[in-house]
Amino acid sequence: MSAPAPSMFTLAAKAMAEKLGLKMGRANLDEFAATLEELAKANPNLIAVTSDSRGSGKLGPFGKALPKQLVEVGIAEQNLVGITAGLAACGKKSFGVSPACFLTARSLEQIKNDICYSDVPAVVIGISSGVSYGALGTTHHSLHDLAVLRAINNLTIIVPADNFEARHAIQFAAKATKPVYVRFGKAAMFNIHKPETKFEAGKALTLREGNDVAFIATGETVVHALLAAGQLAEHGINARVLSMHTIKPLDTAAILKAGRECRAVITVEEHMVNGGLGEACASVLMQAGVHTHFHIVGIPDEETIPGAQADIFRHYGISMEGLSATAKKLLR
Amino acid sequence: MTDHELQLKAVQLRKALLHAICGAGAGHTGGGLSCLDILNVLYNRILKVLPETFSSPQRDRYVQSKGHSVEALYVVLADRGFFPKAELETICHYRSHFVGHPTRHIPGVEMNTGALGHGLPICIGMALAAKMDNAPYRVFTLLGDGELAEGSNWEAALAASHYKLDNLVAILDHNTLQITGHTKDVMSNEPLDEKWRAFGWHVRTVNGHDYAQLTKALTDAPEPGKPTFIIADTVKGRGVSFMENVIKWHHGVPNDAELKQALSDLDAAEAKLKEVA
Repeated sequence: MSAPAPSMFTLAAKAMAEKLGLKMGRANLDEFAATLEELAKANPNLIAVTSDSRGSGKLGPFGKALPKQLVEVGIAEQNLVGITAGLAACGKKSFGVSPACFLTARSLEQIKNDICYSDVPAVVIGISSGVSYGALGTTHHSLHDLAVLRAINNLTIIVPADNFEARHAIQFAAKATKPVYVRFGKAAMFNIHKPETKFEAGKALTLREGNDVAFIATGETVVHALLAAGQLAEHGINARVLSMHTIKPLDTAAILKAGRECRAVITVEEHMVNGGLGEACASVLMQAGVHTHFHIVGIPDEETIPGAQADIFRHYGISMEGLSATAKKLLR
Repeated sequence: MTDHELQLKAVQLRKALLHAICGAGAGHTGGGLSCLDILNVLYNRILKVLPETFSSPQRDRYVQSKGHSVEALYVVLADRGFFPKAELETICHYRSHFVGHPTRHIPGVEMNTGALGHGLPICIGMALAAKMDNAPYRVFTLLGDGELAEGSNWEAALAASHYKLDNLVAILDHNTLQITGHTKDVMSNEPLDEKWRAFGWHVRTVNGHDYAQLTKALTDAPEPGKPTFIIADTVKGRGVSFMENVIKWHHGVPNDAELKQALSDLDAAEAKLKEVA
């Protein structure tokens, strides 16, 4: 019998989610696969390219339904990106789909040159990003991807926080005439947005207003910030929560507004603290002369602690409890 | 255009290449001279690509994987009228789009290359797109032999035969030299014909400076269901006596005296060709 997966949420966090009216959705990976298939059925020029990753990418049904729109390249990520670029250069809307850890390291040069520098409208999808494959070890983590891709010109980078953002990110990418990278994990996500929310790439979504502390979070960490805000409210601390789904181009206006209006800013990301969202926000604030209490929550520059994604999040304080404590400390 | 006319053109193109490299103060002289005849044949006889129809989705695609031989590509494109020849004088200059490796800012260039081992995977994507669309165009790439040490070429070699891309032609500029020395000493890759055959390609070997052989290899119908690999045996520095097979000319830039000597070699070749006519 295998050990049960550790829960991402404590009983208290689950209770807070219920209090906030959050409903559990599916994995962003599932949302991606369903959205892509739907788009591909309407657009025969939409092609998915996989590197023995159709199972990991939940694209098995896509491959069965639309076999002519899926190109399998085998375990060859460099070739995957080159082929994705070549397809895009010849009029196809191509999506290269592979685990983020391999895709954005082994084939970084292909992303940089063949897609971004050649400026073809290809999409690169990093599946099971961050520490989604937690227990499999550092080989399978992508804690570098935002840092390295931020340093490449001509690439929109989106990290969806829930099914709503994942769906809109894929729809945006399918229409984009420029290169796009989207990365997400494989754990089921709470749906954090109200039905009337409008998604726009490059514009942060405000989940909660508050002026004591601002959480600027991205991807699968956003829900933890939202829960922490709920918990902090019970202690009289009003926390603003921004879902910074687009890492590039960054919504500098939202960051500056948070920095000017709140007593402290905490960034949260499933990424190494070097070169990710946190340092990007710090750069925006510093260069605008906005000085505030500031803290980056992410994975520190050390060999990542062994464990499942939930263990790693908890260990590094990416949890309701951890983020609440960080906020209180910063406001002290 | 007859073989003889193309040979005469090649002399002019080699002169233009040397002037371009001297004007830039940098460049890859030896490899440019070795692949120039291949490009001359491609653009004047084979590729269905014209400046006025370059945006046509039906055009043939050419991706120069050995991007460092960019001056050869630029002079051939200029000669074909993709842009004014005077623009060659701006190669590598401040604010000039003519950077030292192919970019799509230059009319006629399909993809930005320069890092090695990228062209073949890109061409597979292009050839697959053609197959998906039942489009008649063919896809060509030019590889360097030193470049074959890049593993991505071999990933692509598998995929091209797996997908039966008989609309894909890879040409190897087989000059047997690279920046450090002889390819066989740096990282041996022979026997290339057997290797590519084993990967499922149809392999042809030609003299890469022989217009009839190049033309035949590039026009003969492909073997159905197989990508074509043309090993074009070439001489690095071809056409300039003191550069031929001399490693330092990989990216050596001639000084004034050397340029004069090189141009005089080419003048002599031109005179000889005209005599034959």
